[in-house]
Order: sequence, then structure tokens, then C-alpha cells
Amino acid sequence: MELAIFALFSVLALASAVVVISHRNPVYSVMSLVVTLISLAVLFVLLGAPFLAALQVLVYTGAILVLFLFVIMLLNVEREEPAGGHRVHKLIAALAAVVFAAILGSQFFAAQGSAHTAELTPDAVALVPLARKLFTTYLLPFEIVGLLLLAAVVAATALARRSAPRDREEKA
Amino acid sequence: MTVPAVWYLLLSAALFSIGTIGALWRRNAITIFLSIELMLNSVNLSLVAYARILAERSPELALDGQAIVFFVLAVAAAEAAVGLALFIAVYRNRRTIDVNRLDLMRW
Amino acid sequence: MSFAFAATLAKMGAWLAVLLNAAPVMLWVERRGSALMQDRRGPNRVGPMGIFQGLADAVKFLFKEDIVPSGADRPLYLLAPMLALVPALTTFVVIPFGPTVEVAGRSVALVVADVDTGALLLLALASLGVYALVMAGYSSNNKYSLLGSVRASAQMISYELALTLSVVATLVPAGSFRLDRVVEAQQGLWLGFVPQWNIFPQIIGFVVFLVAAFAETNRLPFDLPEAESELVAGYHTEYSSMKFALFFMGEYMSMTTLSALAATLYLGGWHLPGLDYTGAWWLVALKGMGVLVGKIALFMMFFVWVRWSFPRFRFDQLMRLGWKVLLPLAILNFIGVAAFTVAGAS
Repeated sequence: MELAIFALFSVLALASAVVVISHRNPVYSVMSLVVTLISLAVLFVLLGAPFLAALQVLVYTGAILVLFLFVIMLLNVEREEPAGGHRVHKLIAALAAVVFAAILGSQFFAAQGSAHTAELTPDAVALVPLARKLFTTYLLPFEIVGLLLLAAVVAATALARRSAPRDREEKA
Repeated sequence: MTVPAVWYLLLSAALFSIGTIGALWRRNAITIFLSIELMLNSVNLSLVAYARILAERSPELALDGQAIVFFVLAVAAAEAAVGLALFIAVYRNRRTIDVNRLDLMRW
Repeated sequence: MSFAFAATLAKMGAWLAVLLNAAPVMLWVERRGSALMQDRRGPNRVGPMGIFQGLADAVKFLFKEDIVPSGADRPLYLLAPMLALVPALTTFVVIPFGPTVEVAGRSVALVVADVDTGALLLLALASLGVYALVMAGYSSNNKYSLLGSVRASAQMISYELALTLSVVATLVPAGSFRLDRVVEAQQGLWLGFVPQWNIFPQIIGFVVFLVAAFAETNRLPFDLPEAESELVAGYHTEYSSMKFALFFMGEYMSMTTLSALAATLYLGGWHLPGLDYTGAWWLVALKGMGVLVGKIALFMMFFVWVRWSFPRFRFDQLMRLGWKVLLPLAILNFIGVAAFTVAGAS
């Protein structure tokens, strides 16, 4: 059962990831990324992290990617012209990535090749231990992340304003 | 039947590489950004997989991977907000977000 | 077929019966209700008092010509109406409609997905609803549709914050994401006659939730994505026949699920003080579902009442309300509830 779900959603994630980077139309790229992220959320559930799976869908697909779509439609981003860019450059990029993937994969396999996961127990997927960890061991990072999000809100508002406040005063 | 955790790690490596290709290959700033999000998520997958591996070896370290993914999600949200605001600002000045045509800093 | 699988199927069937009937029934309620408020008759030809109007409309939708605009982005255009039903048809899985009952010697929780992340899962699935609107508007190749979906995306992201914060505040006293715990925490009486429902201590959160729910379902006074006086019909301008009907059903179904959520979080869900929840399992399930549907109906009536009473907001007013009024109120409510709960526990 787990094998079947893993096979289905890993293939789905890979296929949609390829569409993300290859489709000319950014709207399709975003939609494919939605499929990738939901597949990853399913894999998170398989790995015993239902909280992160729900959070992944809520934060990533429910908010971040909608923001992407909003910006794409706001800017009316045109489709990318097929020509342009250096073919050699692209080839090197692809080659480098494949080599990188091979090295990464082989290292993973060498280090964890024997790691076999046991069946999940209800205790392993309970939320309370994770919550306790977040609010004790990781309390300082947690607060810092809160501060970071506030800074991001301010920064995004400042960047996306139509004109600087000083200009507006001069016009008035 | 259970799936060996290393398969999840391999999938994460593959997704990361796909994201890398996208980030290097594309010229549309939005698609590059999406590729970077893809890379972030593949790392998340590997973190959760490691959390699963560690759960059997040392229970007190079991949830650290999951906690870190939580922070990655929060940072990704902040990054997306600022990044997209930057795109809007750039588009307003240059009327394009094709990274090859944003060349004012080149010489 | 295992027992658990059969039980899950049966529970899903019960919910689907409620949800699929929501659209035709609400169509009638909405039209008769508005007629009542405007002192006219409303539909009265099909069946006694026009109660079969929904059926007639369904037949009409089926026989209308199905048009795909020539400039449409075909795959997205076809996918959008299907996606409109996904959040509406999935979120109900975590809403409980009764206590745990004994069926043939086995205990069965009267909730489809009995998971720890209940409320979070519901919010996650509900947040996917915006994609249908955005895709519909983008793929229609129509400027009014595009404007509608740009509005929809901004509106739904903005109000999701307030909605989520008010939902989270109701989870604090229960100390769990599980909605059955939330219902459990609301059983009992204050002073012997006031039910311990969250609506009383968390009235601010309730109001925020309700306003945000109107915005999330794109109902008047927040129906800016389809504002017919400015945008023709907004994101579904180019849709006809059954595709339009799917958007229509999606709207009523999301209203139903949000009403069910409101009833569960603030009005004690399936539980009614004074009602006896012991006895045969099917009787208990029937009672639980009946009480829940009654509370849902209350909220649906409220939706209709508000729709025909208020004019539409302007977009800047909508944004101001969401970010400068509802969000601070929701945060204040959350802090208050958290402080009160901690003080009560220590």
C-alpha cells in the first residue's frame, strides 16, 4: 500500500516538476508546482508528518503560489520567446545538474542504503511532541521567524508601493 | 510493504536537480523563482525523510527535522513576499522581468 | 470489504446526501427568500410553492449549449469548474456529526477522517478553492474574467488570515486540532441554562469568522470577483451550461461546509443540550446529523438574509476592512482567548 502510494505520487511530483521548469506559460508552471507540492504533502503523510503536510498545503499552495498567480496576472507576464539564450550555456546547466544529482544520489545511497523504515506507530505522528519541541528547544528561532515575517511584510509593502512617500508630498 | 527511506532521499535529489536546471535555464524571473521554490521543497522532503530515519535511531532527535521544515516554510513565505514585491518594482521601472534584459548593472 | 472501509463509505454517503442537496434547496430558499424580502412571489410554477425549481434548473442547465470560447486556454478552462467542487467536496471529511457509537460491537467515530490535524486539514483544503476562480478567470480570455480572478485572489488571501486566526482561537480552549474535541469542550451548561458554546465568550471571533466566511465564499456584500454591475459576471462570464452549474453548486457547497464549520466551532456542532445521545447507533447518528443540519440551515438563512440586505463593498473598502479591522480584531480575540485559557488552567 505504502509502496503504491509512494510510486504514484513520486512519479506525479517528478513529472509536474519537469513541467514547472519547461512550460513557456508561467501560469502552467505555477499550476504544475501546485501538483508537485500536493504530491510532496502526501509523501509527508507517508513519512509520519501529517502536521507538515497540512501546513505545506495551507502555506505553500494556499498562500504563496496564489501570490505568484496574482503577480503573474497583475504584470501580465508574456510567454517567454523560444529563441535566445546560449545553447552551450543551457547544455552546461543540464549537465551540471545531472552530475550533481548523481553525486547527491550516490552519497545518499552510500550513507543510508541500509536504512529501512519500520511501520509508523500512532505515537510517532502525534502533534504534541512536535509542538513541545517548537516552543522549548526552538523557541528563539520561532520568535526570530516571527520577526522575519514582520520584516518581510514591511519590506514587501515598501517595495510594492506605487511611489515613495516623499514624491507624493511634493506632488501635493 | 514499507518504502526504504533512502528512496525519499533519492526523489528529493532528483527534484532538487530539476529545480537547479530550471533556475539556470529559464529567463523569466517568475519561473526562476518557482524553480527555487521547487529546490526548497525538495530539501524539505529530505529533512522529513531524515527525521523518519532518526526516529528509529534516537527518539529525542526524531522531530528536529520536522521542526526545521516548519522554519523553512516560514522563511519561504517571507522570501516569496519580498521577491514578488521586487518583481513588481522592477516591472514598474523596466516593463519586463526577463532576467537577460535586466542589464543595467552590467558592463 | 473491511468493516472500517464500509463505515467510511457510509459516512461519506451521509455527508454527500446533505451537500448535494444543498444547491437545489438553497436555490429555492434564496429565490423565495429574496422574493419575500422584496414583496413579490418568486418562483411558483414548478411544484407546490415552486419547490421543484431546483430540479427544473438542473434540467435546463443540462440541455443548454456548452460553449468554449475560441480564445480560451482550453485545458485550464475545462479544469477550473471541476476544481471548484474539490474544496467543497473534501473539507467535510473532518467535521464530526455525532459521538463515537457502537456498531455491531465495534466503536465507530461519526466523522469521516478521524485525524489529529482535523481543523488544519480543513483550512488547507479550503484554501485551494481560490485556484478554481483564478484559473477560470485567466483561461477565459476575457478582461472581465481576468479582473474578477485578480480580485478573487487578493480577496481570498486577505480574508484567509482573519478566518484562520478566528478558527485557531476556538481550538485553544479545546487544546486540540480535532474538531470532535472542540465539540466536546462545548458540552455542558453555564448557570444551568446557557450552553457552553464558543459563541458567547468568543463573540468577536465569531463575528470575524462570519464576515471572513462571506468573503471566502464570494457572497454579497463581498462578491467583488463576480460583481455583475461592473464585471458582467466576473470569473464565470464565459461559462455556460453544466460548467456554470458546477461553479454555482460549488458556491452553495462551500457555504454549507463553512456553515458546518461555524456550527461546529461556535454552536456546539452536533450536540444540543438536553438531547439524549444514547441508544441505537443509527438513532444517535440521525440525531447528531439532524442537529448539525439544523444549525447549518440557520447559517444558510443568515447568508441569504445578508445577501439581500447589504450593498456591495468597494474594493479598497474590502481591503481596508480585511487588513485594518478584521485582522487586528482576530489577533486581539486570539490573545484574549489564549490568556484566559492559560489563566483558567493554572
